[in-house]
Amino acid sequence: MRIFITLAIIILSGGTLLAQQPTPPTNLKVADFVNDAGDRLQLTWNLSEDDPALDGSDAEDASTEDVPAELDNPIIQYRIDRQTSGDSEFEEVGTVDAGIDEYVAKELEQQKYTFRVIAIAADGSVSVPSETASGTPIVQWIDKSKIAFGIFMLIVCGSVVYFIEMAKAGRTLNVRKIAGLEAIEEAVGRATEMGRDCLFVPGIQDINDIQTVAGITVLSRVAELTAEYDAGLDVPTTRSLVMTTARETVEGAYTAAGRPDLYNPDNIYYLTDEQFGFVAAVTGKMVREKPAACFYMGAFYAESLIFAETANTVGAIQIAGTAMPSQLPFFVAACDYVLIGEEFFAASAYLSGEPQQLGSLKGQDVGKFIAAIFLIVGAVLMTVGEFISPGSEGEGSGMFREVILFIKDGLLGN
Amino acid sequence: MKRLVPIVIASIVGFVLILAKFIPPIQSWEENVVLWFDILAVFAFVLGGGNLILNHLKKISDRQAGWGFSVITLVAFLGTLTVGLLKIGVPPNEKYLDYVWSGDYQAEGSAFWWVFSYVYVPLASTMFATLAFYISSAAFRAFRANNIEASLLLMTALLVLVAQTSSGPMLTDFIPDDSSYAIFKVENIKGMLVNLFNTLGTRAIMIGIALGVVSTSLKVLLGVDQSYLGGD
Repeated sequence: MRIFITLAIIILSGGTLLAQQPTPPTNLKVADFVNDAGDRLQLTWNLSEDDPALDGSDAEDASTEDVPAELDNPIIQYRIDRQTSGDSEFEEVGTVDAGIDEYVAKELEQQKYTFRVIAIAADGSVSVPSETASGTPIVQWIDKSKIAFGIFMLIVCGSVVYFIEMAKAGRTLNVRKIAGLEAIEEAVGRATEMGRDCLFVPGIQDINDIQTVAGITVLSRVAELTAEYDAGLDVPTTRSLVMTTARETVEGAYTAAGRPDLYNPDNIYYLTDEQFGFVAAVTGKMVREKPAACFYMGAFYAESLIFAETANTVGAIQIAGTAMPSQLPFFVAACDYVLIGEEFFAASAYLSGEPQQLGSLKGQDVGKFIAAIFLIVGAVLMTVGEFISPGSEGEGSGMFREVILFIKDGLLGN
Repeated sequence: MKRLVPIVIASIVGFVLILAKFIPPIQSWEENVVLWFDILAVFAFVLGGGNLILNHLKKISDRQAGWGFSVITLVAFLGTLTVGLLKIGVPPNEKYLDYVWSGDYQAEGSAFWWVFSYVYVPLASTMFATLAFYISSAAFRAFRANNIEASLLLMTALLVLVAQTSSGPMLTDFIPDDSSYAIFKVENIKGMLVNLFNTLGTRAIMIGIALGVVSTSLKVLLGVDQSYLGGD
């Protein structure tokens, strides 16, 4: 009798458990992850019927405390199990929240993997596993999503190289006057007349930042001028590597100007990596030594205005160049001359006056022309697309949406 | 030779890394290069520290103007370095309580942490705070309405400034939100200035910057611009 009652309880409770068990996800598919190094697989599945996302509820609300009224025991997670070729057991490799029907398996070898997905409900019960699906990661040697961007880059780079070669062949290239660069000689001359130093700050980033490299190339020209005029040059840096590079640059410039005897490595020195420590040291130097000309060429942040305003109070002529859009207004407001964005990168070519360097500026113009065409085409398509069929998120709709996305993501490498 | 070797190294590494962007199996090389840079930077940091000490010792011995600041700098530098290296006041790691040096040098309660929290952070914040005064003085000079451009700048700045305040939108509260004149509400004009004109200008600058970066990088990689190596 006791055995009979126990069996009845087990059967009844088991029946209850079966009734609470969530339905499993279906239609599991495993595909190679495109444009990768052959170490990832893409999993997709159809959501469990108990997933709150299917009835329009917010999946994130599907917790034990906040159960949607429509579902007694909603799904809160999916567990992904993986079986490696040759292994007999499945092991858990990850989970995703309810409402998500995809997963990327990473750090895989080039061998066959089998997957299954299990739904986990709010009360902790789990579904039976989905049907299994298998896949093998494949190495892609070319990232096809970047081909269009690569062609665009090749055209721009090719035009830069083409115009450099044209310039080498003797073609005359005209470059408009850039006031900020014309003023460099004036600033160095003024410092010489006043018997004061020129202060050059090559930004606060390390030498792996292209703005610092551009700043160092301008430093080379400024150092040549200070060598010619016999003016003092002071170069504080925030990074040790920038200091060593700047020393090499200035030494070479002094040698090129025929005044290696004037070169003093102590004038190019390291202060600190800390932003405001550097600001305190440089502004203190400005106030004490009152440089006649200050050059700020590189990447700057909040210190831009502190430098420029302090130098203004000591009456220094100031020339700044940066590619930090957020700092440009500060420099424009406080400095005498500012090299805005591309002017800053053109400085080295402009100051050198070498035909092959000026050729690179013409190459940039081709890039600007292509960018302008993309802008016009994109703007026209967006406008027409909005009139024909208003889309969402400002990306038009239908065919136009595809074209606009191609320009944004494919050509411009968004 | 002194110039050729760096140019060859820069060219090879640069072009390989550009190619790596398009070849998935070697995309991770970029991370390795960054690691190499970090290793180099560590050695250079020793060089920088050494330069700092020598520079300030020279200033003190020559009694140059402001040599007192050099004394303070050296004391602060060596003091912070000492408490950091010796891990003074650092509590041991919870996993290795028997080893007094097992804790992190920045752990809360350590001397280094104290110096950072109660000396460096207040000093840096003070420097940052001076920016408020500099913004005012720069704005005063920049917004002097002595020509048409400066006048436009002043009007634009005033509009944005007023719209940013809590009471600014009240100035045009009399215009109904659903009327055709709603674009003349202060907050809408500010939105147009910031989202339309400002964005347009910034994007134009960004396109120029991007092309400038490409051109500068190419010049360095091709060895056309060797000025960073000290001349042509």
